Formats: sequence, C-alpha cells, structure tokens
Amino acid sequence: MNGTAVLYSIIDGVLTGSVYALMATGLTLIFGVMNIINVAQGIFVILGAYLSYALSVHLGIDLFVGLAITIPTLFVVGIVVERLFLTRIKGPERVVMSILVTYAVSLVIEGILNLVFSTNYVELHAWYVDRSVRFFGVYVGYIYLLGFAMAVVMLGALYVMLYRTRFGTSVRASLADQTSAALVGINVKRVSTICFGLGIAVTAAGGMIYGATNSFNASSSYDLISRLLVIIVLGGMGSLGGALVAGIMMVTIEDLVGVVWGPVWSNLSFFLILVVVLSLRPQGLFGKQSVRVA
Amino acid sequence: MTNLLTVERVSKSFGGLQALAECSLSVEKGSITGLIGPNGSGKTTLFNVITGYEKPDSGSVTFEGTEITRASPSKVFALGVGRTFQITRIFARITVLENMLVATQRDEGWLRGLTRSKSSKSELAAAMEWLDFVGIGRLAAQPAGSLSFGQRKLLELAYVLVADPDVILLDEPAGGVNLTLINEIADKIRALNKSGKSFLIVEHNMEFVMNLCDRVTVMHQGVDLVSGTPQEIRSNPLVLDAYLGGSDEYDDEEVS
Amino acid sequence: MLRVRNVWWIVALAVLVLFPLFETNPTWTGIGVSALIFMGCATSWNMFSGYSGYVNLGSAVFYGVGAYTMTLLADHLNVPGNGDLFWLVPVGGLGAMIVAIPFGLIALRVRRHTFVVITIAIFFVFQLSAINFSFTGGTAGLQLPYIPWLETNFNKPFYYVALAIVVFATLLSVAVRRSRFGLQLLAIRDDEDRAAGLGVKVFAVKLVGFTLSAFAVGMGGALYAIFLGQIYPQFVFDPIFDISIALMAILGGLGTLTGPLLGALLLESTQQYLAIRFSNGSIYLIVFGALFLLIVLFMPQGVVVFLGDWRTRSRERRAEGALVASDAL
Repeated sequence: MNGTAVLYSIIDGVLTGSVYALMATGLTLIFGVMNIINVAQGIFVILGAYLSYALSVHLGIDLFVGLAITIPTLFVVGIVVERLFLTRIKGPERVVMSILVTYAVSLVIEGILNLVFSTNYVELHAWYVDRSVRFFGVYVGYIYLLGFAMAVVMLGALYVMLYRTRFGTSVRASLADQTSAALVGINVKRVSTICFGLGIAVTAAGGMIYGATNSFNASSSYDLISRLLVIIVLGGMGSLGGALVAGIMMVTIEDLVGVVWGPVWSNLSFFLILVVVLSLRPQGLFGKQSVRVA
Repeated sequence: MTNLLTVERVSKSFGGLQALAECSLSVEKGSITGLIGPNGSGKTTLFNVITGYEKPDSGSVTFEGTEITRASPSKVFALGVGRTFQITRIFARITVLENMLVATQRDEGWLRGLTRSKSSKSELAAAMEWLDFVGIGRLAAQPAGSLSFGQRKLLELAYVLVADPDVILLDEPAGGVNLTLINEIADKIRALNKSGKSFLIVEHNMEFVMNLCDRVTVMHQGVDLVSGTPQEIRSNPLVLDAYLGGSDEYDDEEVS
Repeated sequence: MLRVRNVWWIVALAVLVLFPLFETNPTWTGIGVSALIFMGCATSWNMFSGYSGYVNLGSAVFYGVGAYTMTLLADHLNVPGNGDLFWLVPVGGLGAMIVAIPFGLIALRVRRHTFVVITIAIFFVFQLSAINFSFTGGTAGLQLPYIPWLETNFNKPFYYVALAIVVFATLLSVAVRRSRFGLQLLAIRDDEDRAAGLGVKVFAVKLVGFTLSAFAVGMGGALYAIFLGQIYPQFVFDPIFDISIALMAILGGLGTLTGPLLGALLLESTQQYLAIRFSNGSIYLIVFGALFLLIVLFMPQGVVVFLGDWRTRSRERRAEGALVASDAL
C-alpha cells in the first residue's frame, strides 16, 4: 500500500468526484422538481463532450472557451426535449414512463452521434490536458484542477441562484412539494422546463471534463448513467446536497478501494456501497423519509 | 357499561406543532360515539394514533384490555378495529368485489393466504352480502376506480365491515355526500350498532352527529374539552366558545 | 365472452406449435427461439413488476444466473452434448430463484422509485462479479458441451422447449392473477399502505412475487446458453436485456396477460427486422429509438389496452353514428 497512491486517490477522488457531483446534481434536480428519471443524462454528457471536441478540433476553440457555446446549446436542447417529449408523459406510472421516454431519446441521440462522429474512441486535447503539476506532493493533470474549479464555480452559481433569486425560491418550493408550490402560484411548468434545461446544461461542462480525462464514444454513456444514478440514489433522490456529497464520496472511495484492493474491486465497490447503504437507510443519505400516508 | 376503546392522555407533536395534548377519550361497548371539534383540533391525528398510523409521544391506547399504543396498523386491524379515511382510499384498478376480498384475510396465517385461490364460496358470499348491505352490490364487477365519490365511501365502509371489526372508526362519513345518502349511511350505522358494533365517528355535520350518536366528545386544540350526551353538548357554553372563539392558527398536519 | 377468448389462445398456441413444421429455414426458427424466450421472460417479469408496480430493471441477473448455473452444472456433472442438457434448464431457473431471495431482501425494502435504481445497481454488481471472478471464467466466459445436431434440425428442439417455457410462464401468471396472492400484489400496486393497513403482509408478498418471477427468466437464460454453446458476462448480464424485457411488457400492456406476449413478439421481430434492414448500427438506433418514442408517447398504456380502448371507442362512435343517421331520416 503506497502512501502516495493513497494520497493521489483522495485528491483525484475529490477533483473528479466534484465533476460527477455537478452532473449528478443536474440529474437529481430534474428528479426532484419533475419526478422524472432522466436516463439520457449520460448521453447528454457525451453530447457535450463531442460538441467540445468538434469546436476544438474543427474550429480550434479552446475547451473552456467553448463552454460558452456548448452550455447554452445544451440548455436549449434540454428545453426542446422537455417540451417535445417530457410534457406528454402523463398517467399514474409517470416515473417509469419517464425512464422509457428518456431512454428512447438517448438511443436516438446515440445513433446520431455514432453517425456523425463514428464509433471510434476520441479524446479532448489541450495543453492543460496533457500536462501535470505538482499538487500536495503528487502529480495531477492541470485539467483535473481546472475541472474542479469549474465544478465549484458552477455549483456555487447554482446555489446562489437557488438561495438568492426569486426563481431559485420557486425551484426550492417545487423541490419540496409540487402541489403546494402550484397552490401558491408558482408556475410549476415553467420551473420544470427551466430546471430540465439547467440539468442538461451542466452536462455540457461535465462532458467537457469527462472527454478530456477519458477516451470516449457514444457507448460510454451507459457506464456514465449507471454511476450518476447510483450517486443520486445514494445521496437521496431530489437532494442537491446529497448529490454533491455522494458524488465526491463515491469516486473517492472507488479510487481508494482500487489502490488498496485492486482495480477489480474498485468498479464493484461503486455499486456494492449503494446496496449496503440502501439496506441500512432506504432513503439514501439525505433523502426524505418516505411519507407514511395513513 | 364497559369501555371497549380507551385513549388515555395521549400527546403527539409534529415538529413545533402540538396536535394532541393529553387527550383522553373512551368508547363504550355498543355505543355510537361522536367526535367533533373545529378544524385543527386534532381529530384525524387521534384516529391515526388509535389505528397505529402514528405513534403517540406519551399516553396509551387500549382496546378490549389490550394495549395497542405502539401497534402497527395491520395489528390494530387484526384485533378488530376498523377505520375509514377522510379521503377515500380504495384500490382503483381492481374490481369492487376484489377490493372486498383484499380485506378478507384478517385471521389466517400468511402462508395459507398465498396458496389460497382468490376466495372460498363463503367469503364471496359474505363479501357480496356486505356490498348489498351498503347498496352497491350491482357494481361488484366494475373497477373500483369508476365509482362515484359517494359510491366509494360506501365501498370503503363495506370493506372495513367485511373483516367483522368490533369497533369502527369513521372519518367524516357524511362529508361531501348528498342528503339521501347521508340518511342511508346513518341507517346502516344504526343497523350495525344494533347487531353489536360500536362506532367512533368524526364529523362536521352537526345534525348527523346529534341525531345518530348517544355520546359526543368535543375536541379543541388537541385536548378533549367535554364529553356527554348530544343534549348536554349542545347546551354547553364551552363548546360554542371553542367553535366560535377558539383560534385556528394551525392546520391539521395529518397526511390523510 | 370467455369462450371466445379461449379460442384465440388455442389458435395462437396451434400456430406457434405448427410454425417450425412448416417453416424450416433456420434463420426464421432461430428468430422464433429468441422471440419465444423473450416472450417467456417478459411474461414472467410482468407477473411481478406489472402486478405490483415495482419495476425491476435488473432481471438480467436472473437470466445470467440461470445461464451460469446451467453451464457450471453441465461442466461439473459432465453432461454430454445432447438433449440431456435440457434437463438442466429448470435447474437454471432454480438457481435464479435462489439468487432472487437475497436480491429481493435488499431491494424490496426501498420505495418504488429507488427500487428501480437499486435493481440496476445490483445488476451491475452481478455483471462485474462475473467479469472478475475466476470460477465464472472471467471475460472469456464459459463453454458448453458441443451439440452435434444437424444445422437444419438444430433449432427445433430449442424452439419447443422455449415454447414450453412460455406456456409455463403464462399459466403461472394466470394462476397468480386468479389467486388471493395475486390480488394482494395488485392491491399493493394501487395503494400499498392501505393494503398493509388491511392486513396484507406486504413485504412477504412482494418477496414471493419477486422470487417467482425469477424462475422462467432463469430458465430462459439457461436455454439460450445451450443454444449459443458459449456464454460470457457482458452477453448474459446485458443492460439492454433489462430494459428490453421491461419495454416489451410495458409496450404490450403492463399488468395484462397478453401484453407481454404481444409486446415481446412485436419488439423482437421489429428489432430483428430493423437489424437486417439497417445494417448500419447507427441508423438502426435512430429508427428504433424513434419508433419506441412514438409508441410510448401515444400508447402509454400499451398496445393491448390501446387496442381495447380503440375498439370500445369505435363501437361507441358507430352507435352514435347510427343515432345520428336515424335522426337524419
């Protein structure tokens, strides 16, 4: 057991975990406000990554600068998808239907991405992707630090929006209880649409970092979405703070397990932890206790 | 006159909200007891505590000598306490008759219940009998979700009865129902009472309560204010005060 | 009414039984085998998830465990490559049931929405374990004894065994629906807390339903393992399988009897057709996804319910039309 390796895992866990946390926050926000499990979140991340790729490779735009284009683009894509498909989901099995609808959307997007970009694995490159810096005694790629900073900024902006703006209050009210929110005059439909857009917009940012730190193609979305789902359930579905904590925690633990017991176990640990935690605490770490409706 | 159901100094708070404050109540065997009080006085919370959906912070609930303070809803139901809900809860996607059959297994061990076919002849007959008794026998094969509001109330009453409870807690049985149906319901309650069942009824409809019940308890701000015959209650100045003067600054917090 | 319906079942069964006798092209009978296996799995899945409303997205666990149990046993018992292997198919089903118990004990304690995700997580635990542990052969998987049957006749026995599984799963679903147990599952779907309050032993009922639903799926996995002759983790523990099974049942009509059968038949044939028509994988994904989207949005209750409603509505319209017409006279 190498001390440096352990240190590296923790640092990587926090840095990478924060990006996962960002993407998971989008996912849990969507669930909390709309009661929709967006399994297309993974493919949207990849879409963001490919967009950054296209901008970088074909137009020479820097990855971070490109975010100014990809983030709004994905925000709009999110709104379009929501208006076109998600508003039509009705009926008692809303959550299950949302899984199916978003899954179908993800298939279509996956097909389009494969068509446009082929199934070859690609990576994002920039000077800060390929170079490292010494950080607390270990070598860390610049991109990880920048990614962390970006995640912090974006999450910070999200929290500011939630707690300091009128719109944010509407969102928090909808998160707590949609019916009551509607009763006090909050336009729940509009809040839903915008939240969905926001939830997808963060995947643009997350996608860029993901693409810079992993080689990917459209099928990488499956692994991504399974991790994001695990994170939001662990944190408690609908709990923003939970997604943050769970995201960082899970990636850190996964890295540590990999160092201590080997890579075989690290992958497994991700899912095992969820199973263990849910056995003890069915609502997740910060989830609401399921209301016992008498 | 023995007490079938006794509630002794039960308190329950939700966060900062004191829903019940040392509330006491008793239902005599064979009686129809009314429970009235302004909105927010804690009536439904009390029902929830009695039937096990909420656990009280202090105090006790006894049924036929057995303490049921911390018992689960199914245990309370199995002991013979039936209960309806303010917002009718039925199983919408199965038929009316099937709704009845869900409740018909109070006494058997669960393994037995698994291997049974849906119902024995006698159970079916009993279920139909109750459906006819409440007047919706002809709707037996329809999905319960297609029933009107009044019909649902009757269905809920029927399937509480099919388990043959000794005491039945009715939460606003006359709420939102037309006059003819209200009288029908009152008649059914009287008939059941004659055959030995006791009732505890929460209601806002004063006429209904005064005509039907032999004892009435008035609740106000989580505590039992007065108990007595309908006449005694009607002329008690405290009751009037509670309804007109008392502050209703908080809502019932019950999730019912 | 019941009589008419029974006739349809018999006709359908006859068609299925006679099919391989008339159509000998192994491509078609091969599709038949896989369609039947899906039909059996979808029906079995629906028996729990459709009736109780707890959508299980990890049923590939049962499929994979069935496949692995069978393969390991065949190896351990030195079963030769012939029809004897089919006797191990139910054992595969049993293996799946045994696994379903701890699976259910963990997964069924959470709320409905969380349940969906936890089944996905447990699925990945199994998939990753199969990849990483040596007794499962790792990523290379395991081999089954070679069956030296002629190509032209190879599919037939598999077809009939698969058909038997479908019949079994369907009959089991009917039995459950008619039983007190099935009623309790349905009550749990409509109002779990109320059912609990009425004395239904909710957790036990869910666990039993969950375990029962594993049997046919496990058998399906075991059968397909023999069919392929080789299994490896990503194939028998396939996330697409998870979603396909659920999709087939939902598309057909969640909670209905014919729904999963119809859904599986339609979906599997469509998938195969599209795969042949659009050899380009990406176009296939787009077309499939788009079709899927259309169906889910416009027939959310499933084909069976949609058709049923449509028939009722057109009957009403015809009746109305007759009234209007008679008015005009």
